Amino acid sequence: MILVIAEQQSGTLNRSSWETIAAAQQAGGPVKVAVLGAATGAAAGELAAAAVTEVLRVEAPALSPYTLDGFVSALGQVVAAEQPESVWLPHTYQTRDFAPALAVHLGRALVTDCIGTKSDGARRLFVRPVFQGRLLADVAVDGPALATFQIGAIRADSLVRGAAPAPVRTVAVSVDAGAIRQAPEAPFREAKQAVDLTQAERIVAVGRGIKEAEKVVLAQQLAAAIGADIGASRPICDAGWLPMDRQIGSSGQTVAPKLYLALGISGAIQHLVGMKGARTIVAINKDPEAPIFEVADYGVVGDLFEIVPAVIKELKG
Amino acid sequence: MKIAVCLKQVPSRDWQPRVNEQKTWVRDQDATFELNEPDAYALEEGLRLKEKHGGEVVVCSVGPARVSQALREALARGADRAIHVEDDALAHADAFAVAEALASAMRDEAFDLVLTGLQSDDQGSAQTGVMLASLLGIASATIIMEVDAQGPGLRVKRELEGGWFQWVTLPMPALLTIQSGINQLRYATLKGIMAAKKKEIRKVAPPSGLASRQQIVGLYVPEKRKQTQMIGGSPAEAAKALVAALRDEARVIS
Repeated sequence: MILVIAEQQSGTLNRSSWETIAAAQQAGGPVKVAVLGAATGAAAGELAAAAVTEVLRVEAPALSPYTLDGFVSALGQVVAAEQPESVWLPHTYQTRDFAPALAVHLGRALVTDCIGTKSDGARRLFVRPVFQGRLLADVAVDGPALATFQIGAIRADSLVRGAAPAPVRTVAVSVDAGAIRQAPEAPFREAKQAVDLTQAERIVAVGRGIKEAEKVVLAQQLAAAIGADIGASRPICDAGWLPMDRQIGSSGQTVAPKLYLALGISGAIQHLVGMKGARTIVAINKDPEAPIFEVADYGVVGDLFEIVPAVIKELKG
Repeated sequence: MKIAVCLKQVPSRDWQPRVNEQKTWVRDQDATFELNEPDAYALEEGLRLKEKHGGEVVVCSVGPARVSQALREALARGADRAIHVEDDALAHADAFAVAEALASAMRDEAFDLVLTGLQSDDQGSAQTGVMLASLLGIASATIIMEVDAQGPGLRVKRELEGGWFQWVTLPMPALLTIQSGINQLRYATLKGIMAAKKKEIRKVAPPSGLASRQQIVGLYVPEKRKQTQMIGGSPAEAAKALVAALRDEARVIS
C-alpha cells in the first residue's frame, strides 16, 4: 500500500496533493491518503472523491499550525500503525521541511523531487532530476521508502475518481504540544512584492549568462522593443541585479505568458516549474545542452551579447 | 556562538556533466570541482553571525581528499577551522549516509548553531541538513531568509511558497538550511588565502558500516518534451529568422 500525505492550508488542499495521489494510482496497488491538521473533515471529504482505499484523518490540536516536530511525531505514529510499503508526498516547501526528519525517524530512504516512477521488471525505480535538470537519474531504494513528487510533474487531471466516496477514518495520534520546538508566527507577504508577472503577456527573462549587473540593460532594451515585462532567474535576484519581485520559478512567481524569451538561462528545474506553461518559449544560450532548450519552441545557440542587439535592430528595422 | 557550516564540493556549474560507463554517476575524473553555491550563502551567514555575536565558525564536509580544496576556500573566506570526514566511498553517497557521517564527526563539538545550504547543485536532494539535525537531536528550520540571534533562542524568517514568509522561533542548539540570496557573498582576500594555510583541517574517518539507502541505477540525458526549432546562422541572420518566426508563425509579437 502506498500512503500519500496530502497537504492542506486552512482546509484547502493544494493541487500538488492531487498530483501525488494520481502518481500513486498509476503505480498500481492500493492507495491510502492521509491529511493532517486540527480540523481535517472538509479536506478529507474532498479527498474521498479519489479512487483510493481509504482516507485517513490525522487530527490533533497541536497539528495546526504546521510544525516540523508536530508532523514528524504524528506521521511516525501513522506509519507505524498503517505499515505502508511506501510514503509519497508532494515536493513542497513544507515537505522539504519535515520529510527528511521523518525519514530519519523511520530509518527509511527518502527520494526527493521525483518526476515519476518506472519498473525495471523486479522493482520500482524513482525518476528524478540531478545536476540542475541536465540529467535524469533512475533511483533504486532498499526497503520501504519515502518519496516526494515535483509539482506539475504528474497531471492532476489524470486522477481517477471513485464511483462512490472512499471511506474516511480518523486515526488517533497523540502529539505533545510541549515537545514541539518550533513556534511559528502567522505567514505574511512582503509589501514590496509590487510586480505581478502572472498577468504579463510577454516576458524577457535573464539568467546567469548576462554575466554582470550593467548588462541587464540589454534585456530591458529588448523587453521595451517587444512590449514585454522583465523577469529573471533566481541567481540574478540573489545578486541584487534585479529586485526579488522579478524572480520567476519555484521560489518566485509562476507565469504563463504568450511569449517567454529566456536570455542566458540554463533552465534549472526550479526555474522551469515557474515558466513552462508559457505558450511560446524562446531560449538564447551559449550552451547547446542547456536544459532550457528542452522546453523551448525556438532556440538560438550563441552569444547573447551579439544576438540580442541584432534582434533589437531587426525589430526596429 | 559556536557555529558549524556544512558544505559540499560539487562539479563546477560550467562543466557539462558526462555520464560514466556504468551510467551510475558522472565522469568525476573529467570534472572540475567547486564549493556548492547554496552552501556559500550558509558560510557567509555563519561568518556574519560570528562578526555580530563572537565565537567561531567551523566548516565541515564529507568526501574524498579533493574536498579539502573547498574547505580551504571556506577558511580563506574567514572560517576558523575545518573538519573533513575523508572517505572515497562517500563521494556519491545519499543524503542519509552523508548526514550520518557528519553527525558522528560533529556530535562531540556541541555546536550552538549548524548552517547548511538549501540543496546541492549535483544531487539536489535538499535533505542533508534536516537529517543531520534529526540525528543530532536538535531543532531545525528550513529555507531561511533572515536570522535573528539576539534573544535566548533564534527567530528566523522562513520562505514559504508564492512570495509568503513566516517567522519561526526555535531554541538553540539548532540547524538552519539557508536560502540562497540571503546575503551578498564575500570572496577570499589574498590575506585570507595566506591565513587559511595555517588553519587546521582535522581529518576524521567515517563510522564503519555506513551505506546509502538508495542507489542511482541509471543516469541519462532527459528526452526532449518539445520539438525545438533551432535557429542558426550569424547573429544578424538568426535575429532575422527569429523575429520572422515570432511575428508570422507564433504570432506573439507585432
